[in-house]
Formats: sequence, structure tokens, C-alpha cells
Amino acid sequence: MIHKSDDPVIRCDGVWKIFGARASEALDAVRSKGLSKEEIRDRYDCVVGVCDASFDVGRGEIFCIMGLSGSGKSTLIRHINRLIEPTAGSIYIEGQDVNALSARELRRTRAEKIGMVFQNMALMPHRTVLENVAFSQEVRGHDVRERTQTALRAIRAVELNGWEDKYPDELSGGMQQRVGLARAIAADPAILLMDEPFSALDPLIRRQLQDKFMSLSAEMKKTTLFITHDLDEAIRIGDRIAIMKDGVLVQIGTPEDIVTNPADDYVADFVAGISKLDLISAGKIMEPIDAYTRRDGPIDFDAWPEAHPNQSLDQLVDLSIATQHPIVVKLDGRPLGVVTKNALLRGIKGDTAPAASAA
Amino acid sequence: MDEDTTFNILDPFSSIDLGIADSAGGIKQWAIANRDLIQPIKAVFNDIVTAIDGALNAVPPLVMLALITLIAWQAAGRRTAILVGLCLFALGLLDPNAWSLAMTTLAIVISAVTACFVIGLPLGILAAKSDGFERLLRPVLDLMQTIPAFVYLVPVVMLVGIGNVSGVIVTIVFALPPLIRLTSLGIRGVNPSVVEAARAFGASPRQILLKVELPLATPTILAGVNQTIMLSLSMVVIASMISVKGLGNEVLRAMGRLDAGKAIVGGLGIVILAVVLDRISQGMGQSGRERGQRHWWQSGPVGLAWRLTRARNETTPPVSAAPRTEVQSN
Ligand SMILES: Nc1ncnc2c1ncn2[C@@H]1O[C@H](COP(=O)(O)OP(=O)(O)OP(=O)(O)O)[C@@H](O)[C@H]1O
Ligand SMILES: [Mg+2]
Repeated sequence: MIHKSDDPVIRCDGVWKIFGARASEALDAVRSKGLSKEEIRDRYDCVVGVCDASFDVGRGEIFCIMGLSGSGKSTLIRHINRLIEPTAGSIYIEGQDVNALSARELRRTRAEKIGMVFQNMALMPHRTVLENVAFSQEVRGHDVRERTQTALRAIRAVELNGWEDKYPDELSGGMQQRVGLARAIAADPAILLMDEPFSALDPLIRRQLQDKFMSLSAEMKKTTLFITHDLDEAIRIGDRIAIMKDGVLVQIGTPEDIVTNPADDYVADFVAGISKLDLISAGKIMEPIDAYTRRDGPIDFDAWPEAHPNQSLDQLVDLSIATQHPIVVKLDGRPLGVVTKNALLRGIKGDTAPAASAA
Repeated sequence: MDEDTTFNILDPFSSIDLGIADSAGGIKQWAIANRDLIQPIKAVFNDIVTAIDGALNAVPPLVMLALITLIAWQAAGRRTAILVGLCLFALGLLDPNAWSLAMTTLAIVISAVTACFVIGLPLGILAAKSDGFERLLRPVLDLMQTIPAFVYLVPVVMLVGIGNVSGVIVTIVFALPPLIRLTSLGIRGVNPSVVEAARAFGASPRQILLKVELPLATPTILAGVNQTIMLSLSMVVIASMISVKGLGNEVLRAMGRLDAGKAIVGGLGIVILAVVLDRISQGMGQSGRERGQRHWWQSGPVGLAWRLTRARNETTPPVSAAPRTEVQSN
């Protein structure tokens, strides 16, 4: 089997999950008549968990899934390692259909390719931290020496050294989450499935762990599916973000896309409170130089501060504070556009409509 | 319509005879006819029970007392060990024969409980894994627990004959259900997200059972063992009716002769044995961690020996020395 390097590592294709005894009937009804989640619940006594989800995650990518409680995030992520089977649709890992794997192959894939962090941690209370972290190696039959070594490495990576012989109930909630993280990375899997891994942490530790995780995943080129309901977290660590609502993936895009072009009111509500300072670049809010000169006549920007189109609003604000003039955006010394103070203020509010139309 | 004058519509039952009692009597005939098949198997088990009895009675009482006390110390801690030691001492003082009779009873109980464990654990696991099997098993267990022992005493004797093996069988019928029920309950009670995590990391169903479910269900299963031990002891008198020796036989004989003194000796002996076995098996049900130890071998007589040998060897403590041992070695 030859894979192109840009083959997606995880690929979901039209995945549906409906819980309940009459799932297939309900699925037909949804597909043909387009019933809503509530109608399905009342008429068929079934719960729609995931609704026609399709997406790809490339190698080394961190793909965040966001959504309110009950929107089906945990249900979706459980499909990737086939903890639950889809009602319809298929899931591929490195091109291999997960639902076609034999029980033995599936166990091997789970133990060697996929590490998972659970929302409720799910540590084994009767095993020490070390034994918990070494679990996937243990079920693969690695000998004690080897698995102790790998487990200790993972424990060190989450900075829990010295705690390896403690039991989970002797650890704080945040430490337990770190044990969960160590357990997931211990076998050095290519894929990480993380279901709200940092939700029980205080903001400071959470930020540290996010940084730790990002450097780990960049260094080891881990493909990550990351669930969170904290948009700040999603924006910080996600290469792409998917917004989920009632089982539907309503929008998939880069953080900047999501924040600047919300697909509907639900997403817009989600991103309303978010700071755009680091997300929006000068190129997005500038008025093209032609439009500007057409309106205000030829200008002399010698005294104006200059910016690169990729510079963030945060940096533009710093430039703008020092002067009364607008900012000129230049690429390779050639002026491309102008960011006026009004455009900058609008940009901070998240409004990226070209200044001309607003004026 | 009313040819049968004795038939009364308000009391139909007195005039209908399906002959259930007679056909059940056929089972007796069948049992007698098939005795030869059973006898060799019976002989083997009889030898086992007799061997256990012999072994327990071969140990000098004081040595045995010390041994059981040490076991209690290991399983349940020092306080229980003291209680157990005193109880056993009292048991020996009851009557010159009491100790030997108690050992015979203990042999029967050990045989029955071991058999219950061997039968009950797999059945309990199956019941936990399969709702259908559990549904099927539940009425059978109810029956086993509620049907009066005298009902099955006769067929068992017909089939197997009197003696220890029948006694053990009768005891198993009565004492097995709680072990199966509690094994199933314990496994079903294991946090499903922990089982899911084990699955997510590639464990096979067998590994999940051995590495996750059984360890986590152990306290509940041991509670079942405790119940089984208690119920076995409560069958001792009934079992003695089919010629099982021991404390129960003492009570039975005393009853026949209206000898209150002897009955009290036998009865007290059974109670003391019950207390001893109950405390030891309950102690096993509590994990050592609840009592503040990290590993079972760090407590009790084994822990003492372990610390002594370590102090003697002056080895460097392992990286993860528990605080308890550090205090000891300073
Ligand atoms: N085993 C199940 N049986 C029936 N319904 C289920 C099951 N698991 C999940 N659901 C339903 O699927 C829907 C999505 O649940 P899910 O756990 O995926 O939500 P979530 O997005 O992870 O929420 P949260 O942020 O609270 O964790 C819910 O409506 C839930 O009731
Ligand atoms: Mg969830």
C-alpha cells in the first residue's frame, strides 16, 4: 500500500450515529424527510448523536471540535477508534476503513496507533500512575522493563515524576488529567484523540499544558483530534476548528475563518466574545490602495507607519498609537492598501468588511 | 355438565390430581438405578474431604490456633487477630472434643466453599456478561436459596448416598447463590468508562476481565465469599442428618437426647467458628489501602518478616519506599 504523504490520517465520510433500538428506521426518516432531532426523539425514541459528519485531518494537524454540551463531540470522537460503530458512514485511519478491521487488528491499531484522553479521565483506580500509563504497552505484551521505561518517559513529559507509585485517588484532578495525557502518549501513537483533556485545570496550568502539548505534538508530528468547549483554547492550539451543533458540523475552517466569517448565527454567537487581536491580519481589513486614492486623492505616505499584510491587529494597534496617520500596508516595498483608524477599530470588533463600503 | 358431583367450581384443586408427587418419586427410582455411575466420582471427592479433615486434625491444636491467628493478622489486621486468637482459645476450652470436631466441620466448610468458588465465579462472570443468562439464572438461584433443604436432602442421598460428599453437595446448593449474585453485581458495577478506556488502549475481552473487571469487583466478590462461608456454616446441622461428622452432629445428637448441655457446646462451637471465619473473610474484602498500606505484603506477619529481612540485609531502599518502612528503618 502506498500512501501519498498528503493523504488524510483521519477521514470521516458521512458518519451518522443514532442511538436507540430503531436507529436504522430513524436514519431513513431523517434522510428522506429531514426530521429534526426533537422529532426523531419523539417519534422513534432515538437520539441523534452525530449527523452526517465528514472531515479530513492531515498528518501533524491539530483539528479542534467545538460545540455546546450534548452536541455530539464525544460521540463523534469515539467513532475514530471504533469504541462505537456508526449507524451509517465510514471512518478511515491512514486509508484503512476502521469498521472493516478484524478484532485483532483493531486492538493493535488502538494500542499502537491511537492514544486517547477521556473527558472523565477514566483512570484505573486499582493501578498506580505507572501501571496506568504503561497499560497499552502491557496489553501488547511488552516486557516490564521496556514498558516501565516508556511509561516513565511519558510521566516525565507531563512533569509528574515522583508520583509514579501513587494511586489515582491520591492525585488532584489536574494531575489525574496529566496522567491521562501521559497514558495517551506513552505508546508514542501517531494519532491522539483528546476529549476535553484540560477542562479540569486552573487557567495557569491549563496554559502551561496547552503549550506543553503543542510543542509535544509539533515535535512528534502527532495528528490530533481535540475536543474542547473553550473557544480560546481551540484558537490557541487548533490548526483548524470544526463547530458542532446538535450533531451537525456547521462550520469547518481555520480559526481566522471561523472568527471572521461565521457561517451562521450559532457560530457567530460562539465567536462573539473572542478577542480578534491575534487572529485578524492587516491584509483582511485594509482598504485597497486604488480605492483609497480614488476617494482621497494621491497621497504621500512617507510619514505613515508601514505594516506587512500578515501583521496582526495587535501589532497594528501599536503602530497606530504612535501617530495620527493611517497605516500603509506594503508588500516588498509596494503599497497594497491602507488601514485607517476606523478600519482598525472595526477590525478589533471583528468587522472585516472593506472600509470603502462602510464609508 | 355436572356428572362429576365432587367437582366444585369454587374449589377445583381438591378434585384434580396431576400426580406430580408420584412422578417426582420416579426421580428417586432413577437415582437409585444410576448409583453405580456416581460412586467412583463420589469416592474421589470423599477422599479429598477426608484428606483435608485429616490434615487439619493432624496439626497440633495450639499450632493450628497460632496459624489461623497469623492468617487473621495478615488478612484483617492485629485487632482482628487478637479476637480470632481468643475465640479459638475459647473454642478449645469448650469441651475436650470440641477442637477436633471443629476441625472436621472446618474441613467440610473449606471443601464446600472451595467448590462454590470454582462453580460460582465462572457462573457469576457469565451472568455479568450476558443479560439472557442472568435472567435464566435468577429463578434458579432463588429456588436454591428458598427451597427447604429437606426437599433435596432425600434425592441427593438416594443418588450419592450418605456421608461427607452429600453433605458438601447439600451445602453447595444452599451457599452458592450469593457468590454468583455478588460476582455478577461486582462486575456489572465496574465503572463503564474505565472498561471503555481499557478497550480504547487495545485490551482484549479477556484482558479486560482479568486486568480491570475482576480486580475492581474483588471487594464485592469477597463479600460473596463471606456470605457463602456463613451460609455453609448454617447448613452444618442439617448436613449432619446425612451422617456428616463434626460440630453439627453434636448438636443433632444432643437434640435427640434432649441434652441441652451438649447442644450448647456444639452450638457455641459453630458460632465461634462463624465469628472467626467471618472476620477473616471480611478482612480480605477490605483492601490494604483502606487500612493505610500500599501493598498487602507490607502489613501483618509477612510485612514484619519483610522489614526484618530488609533491616538485616541493610539494602538500599527502593526508590518508592513507603513512608511506613522509612520510619521503621530509621
Ligand atoms: N450511549 C448513548 N446512548 C444514548 N444516547 C447517547 C449515548 N451517548 C450519547 N448519547 C446522546 O448523544 C448526544 C451527544 O452526546 P455527547 O456525549 O457526544 O455530547 P458532547 O458534545 O460530548 O457533550 P459534553 O460537552 O457535555 O461532553 C446527547 O444528546 C446524548 O444524550
Ligand atoms: Mg463529551
